Amino acid sequence: MYKILKKEVLAPTLNLFEIQAPLVAKKAKAGQFVILRIHEEGERIPLTIADFDQVKGTITCVFQEVGKTTKELGALCQGDCIKDFVGPLGVPSHIEKYGRIACVGGGVGVAPVHPIARALKEAGNQVTGIIGARTKELLFWEDKMRAACSELRVATDDGSYARQGFVTDLLKEAIEEKGDIALCVAIGPLPMMRAVCNLTRQYNLKTIVSLNSIMVDGTGMCGCCRVTVGGETKFACVDGPEFDGHQVDFAEMARRSVIYKPQEQIALERYNNQGAHKCSCGCGGDR
Amino acid sequence: MAEAKKEKKPIISEKNPMPAQDPIERAKNFHEVSLGYSQEAVVAEANRCLMCKNEPCRQGCPVEVDIPAFIKLAANRDFAGSARKLKEKNALPGVCGRVCPQENQCEKYCTLGKKHQPVGIGRIERFIADWELNGGIQTQHVAPATGKKVAVVGSGPAGLTCAADLAKQGHKVTIFEALHVAGGVLMYGIPEFRLPKAVVQAEVENLKKLGVEIQVNAVVGKFATVDELIEEGGYDAVFIGTGAGLPYFMQIPGENACGVYSANEFLTRTNLMKAYKFPECDTPIRVGCKVAVLGGGNVAMDSARTALRLGAQESWIVYRRSKVELPARHEEVEHAEEEGVKFAFLTFPTRIIYDDNYWVTGMECIRCELGEPDASGRRSPVPIKGSEYIMDVDTVVVAIGQGPNPLVPRTTKGLELNRKGNIIANLETGATSKPGVYAGGDVVTGAATVILAMGAGRTAAKSIHAYLSEK
Repeated sequence: MYKILKKEVLAPTLNLFEIQAPLVAKKAKAGQFVILRIHEEGERIPLTIADFDQVKGTITCVFQEVGKTTKELGALCQGDCIKDFVGPLGVPSHIEKYGRIACVGGGVGVAPVHPIARALKEAGNQVTGIIGARTKELLFWEDKMRAACSELRVATDDGSYARQGFVTDLLKEAIEEKGDIALCVAIGPLPMMRAVCNLTRQYNLKTIVSLNSIMVDGTGMCGCCRVTVGGETKFACVDGPEFDGHQVDFAEMARRSVIYKPQEQIALERYNNQGAHKCSCGCGGDR
Repeated sequence: MAEAKKEKKPIISEKNPMPAQDPIERAKNFHEVSLGYSQEAVVAEANRCLMCKNEPCRQGCPVEVDIPAFIKLAANRDFAGSARKLKEKNALPGVCGRVCPQENQCEKYCTLGKKHQPVGIGRIERFIADWELNGGIQTQHVAPATGKKVAVVGSGPAGLTCAADLAKQGHKVTIFEALHVAGGVLMYGIPEFRLPKAVVQAEVENLKKLGVEIQVNAVVGKFATVDELIEEGGYDAVFIGTGAGLPYFMQIPGENACGVYSANEFLTRTNLMKAYKFPECDTPIRVGCKVAVLGGGNVAMDSARTALRLGAQESWIVYRRSKVELPARHEEVEHAEEEGVKFAFLTFPTRIIYDDNYWVTGMECIRCELGEPDASGRRSPVPIKGSEYIMDVDTVVVAIGQGPNPLVPRTTKGLELNRKGNIIANLETGATSKPGVYAGGDVVTGAATVILAMGAGRTAAKSIHAYLSEK
């Protein structure tokens, strides 16, 4: 069992967990992910590592409640345990000194981009951080990103905070202003990563994206997470999760990501009807 | 008494039949197909054994079970004694009694089998194992602690057997398993209706009673490498039995469309994650009306039979050769046929067709005829020009084989691999190119059977024991 040492509600439906997993924390690197299963009947879901602490032996994950499993996860409280937690999985981010780098995080993607930006800055790069969210309420980790990057630019889709616009708008400005950005790292929802790639392609700016495909085992055993990159089939779990965004077949990726949509809806409705809230925090279910 | 011994046993030509669920009924459920012998049937079957002097059956067993001895005890209704005898050599009799291809092993050499049906050794083994699992476990002898530590990577049949043997010799064994439950292919691959997961877990529990520690959620190559297990973990030797977990695809257009599964994914979702219980269990699976399973091995049969149970109206085995070349066990093919699985022989898929939403709507195939024998000795399929046609399917399961998972081989320094990525190990000893590191099972041989992997686990355990004794 893996204990939730800390829970932070970053925004409605957006949670941060700090989970006790010393063996995972010992080896975790920026860009990797974990797979967890809440209980015996649960499914295995991948979550990208948002932070790690070798000394405390913890892994930090940030997740949005979208389906049954993430809702159920969000209903857990500090002190609760998760049945299975395995990692670190996937290939770590390639960290070297490129010069100037743009690290773009959209929505919940701010969390996984954070340790990458930090590692790239530590490697001597000038890191321009760009983060965005739909609205002010959903924006998080501005402070952590400011510390991890050399400079930070912020936008909200609706203009409720900082600049009104998309991360692509800010990225375009940064590229033209700086003129010498050597690499772009972009993590966020599929449409956002796709939009970033469409933009950077015009500037011939190499762009790394992190793909959160549907997975089962996460060790290369099932092939559920396969994605076409540069015309070749790759497994996101062992060949990725990071790929050259200009080579990724986003259209295929988008269609494969909704394979189980009808089932996800059935599971979610069933969960909502049961009103199941299992925790030991004594909140009585209203959190 | 002496005269009684000489008295010739009447020969019963046929095996006592194995009771089984009705094919029509069972194709709709995940309960075990074969129901197992009754006490009367097992005693009758054990009494068919001629107790011949040269005991040829024993040479057919990769884990060297003393077959005549456990059968004799069963014939005398000493089931506890029989179980003890069986367990001396076989840590997983409940598994082997169900999934071993006995027709190619022990039963192949049975003296009675020369003129009649051989003794149903597998069926007797299964009864004895189940009898023990249901009626209290016999404690097994464990040698005094040696103070040596062994890491076993992977908890499939090879790893479990190796761990059991070493634990009995007093070594401290830790198994590292990547998934959340021990058993490897016995849990994720072989379906519940052929091998109930409760049987596997009961045998795993027995192993724990021998002192074997099992760490699940531990991906060697990720949380620690083999080198780190030795250098930092203090393990004196390592056995790698990580199996053949890397699914092969056909490399034909359309293979990434929605509705195309690797057999590994299809079976893992169903068996390990219990997708057949969705939504009680969270993992979903989608099976359409008409399923095509590509391949002709046991994994293909398992997939096709699973598809029926998940509600497919038609389930097809699409195989490029003809029926006689099917690599699957005869019994599995028979069971599949009884349940209504259909077969498209001499058929080779060339393209998967999908709709605007990327969902499978059909599969283009070309008909084949058999040409000259290939390297494997089987006649190879030759496509017939212009014979392409569209097979109307909405789900495709690719079951054309698996390679070794590269996670452990690639992260272990000084481990020699072959062209396909399998670990090179001495088949007589299990020794690899790296001192103190042994390997066996599918990761060495490529995808084979449960019992061969167990045999390899046993072989390696002997070598590891010798290595540790000298160390």
